Amino acid sequence: MSAPIRLSSARLSRPFVAQVERISGQKLLACYQCGKCSAGCPMAAHMDILPNQIIRLAQLGMSEKLQACDAIWTCVSCMTCNSRCPKNVKIAEVIEAIRETVLRTNQRQDRLKLGDIPRETLAALPPIALISSLRKLSS
Amino acid sequence: MKLSYYPGCTMKNAARNFDETTVSSLARLDVEVKELDRWNCCGTVHGLASDDLIHLAAPVSNLIRAREEDASEFMTSCAMCYNTLKRANQRVRASKETLSTLNDFLSLEETNYQGDVEVRHLLEFLRDRVGFDRVAARVVKPLTGLKVACYYGCMLVRPTEVAFDDSENPRVMENLATALGATPVPFPAKTECCGAYHVVDRPDIVARRTERIVGSAHDHQADLVLVSCPLCAHNLDHRQADAKRLNPDFHHLPVLYFTQAMAIALGCADAALDLDLHHIAPQPVLADRGLG
Ligand code: SF4
Ligand code: SF4
Repeated sequence: MSAPIRLSSARLSRPFVAQVERISGQKLLACYQCGKCSAGCPMAAHMDILPNQIIRLAQLGMSEKLQACDAIWTCVSCMTCNSRCPKNVKIAEVIEAIRETVLRTNQRQDRLKLGDIPRETLAALPPIALISSLRKLSS
Repeated sequence: MKLSYYPGCTMKNAARNFDETTVSSLARLDVEVKELDRWNCCGTVHGLASDDLIHLAAPVSNLIRAREEDASEFMTSCAMCYNTLKRANQRVRASKETLSTLNDFLSLEETNYQGDVEVRHLLEFLRDRVGFDRVAARVVKPLTGLKVACYYGCMLVRPTEVAFDDSENPRVMENLATALGATPVPFPAKTECCGAYHVVDRPDIVARRTERIVGSAHDHQADLVLVSCPLCAHNLDHRQADAKRLNPDFHHLPVLYFTQAMAIALGCADAALDLDLHHIAPQPVLADRGLG
């Protein structure tokens, strides 16, 4: 069984919550956890935490869990969730904001490093793939 | 009719057949395409962070290029460029402050951007300005018997502010295909993401998506898939061998740009099609339908 999540009111007012709301321009508490975002997400099968759960954990200020999960990097900003959310929450923007909280530290925690891509792979990829992946996955 | 045109980086490289068939098929429709001088990469994706303004500089400098050529609008056929350029335009138009920040960033430009250039996608231009009836009238080699699955992916239909058709069930590409004499098939996966840039870091995800999307096209009896994005084209074409490994019942289907279908139907020279650039060869099915 995974470790229990400990909630506390102090977390709700952590700077992380305000930072995610500021960068994303979203009010996290608008989400009422209907799950529609996760139901239509084409990446959900590859995620360790589902989109609605990401929003829930963000509401609760669970920064450590969110910053360490894979799902924030798996989300590909396809915008399916945004166009379907009944509360007009821009989920993709929230996930981008969480990625930014990782990429904006001074530790260069890039998810993708150009030097790590094998030469043959690089040669076979069109510019559009390389530029977009580096835009989304590196600082 | 004259039309300013923004091609985009991949169109001059892996997707040069998309570029060439855009220009050659428009010529058949009496549209003279003028490629913008000194265009630059649009950045490929729109930054979603509310404080990310620097990534608007690349798309906005392209809007300035159009303005400097006295163009009040320009067209692109790449879905990703369209999305990025259009969203940047919407963003600077929505706020005087953002617009002036951008003009400050771009202070070496001789022209200040005023928000007065429109970004159009080729499908939108064909529907609204040329008209599909006029396209149909120019067809010399109808795509009779060719069953096509029209794939939109994400960038033409989401977010809803950039869509020029219904976000859940767009029809514009099907309507064009019909005008060309082809038969569009029902295609439930037409707006599902192909995995996009994950081809770089998670090609396994793109293989899964390809298996699902091309598999759905095949289930609906399509002969090939039509696309409007060089990244979708790359993914859906090049990941089919991996899709076959995931599912032995998977059937390979060629992936063509919608402009290639237009170029064939409008009788453009074969050279522009560059069919050798494709991974899954389109020649057999085209020859089978008498279109080779
Ligand atoms: S669709 Fe909107 S309201 Fe529903 S769970 Fe997702 S973010 Fe929350
Ligand atoms: S934007 Fe991200 S979370 Fe939303 S549906 Fe697409 S991949 Fe899933």
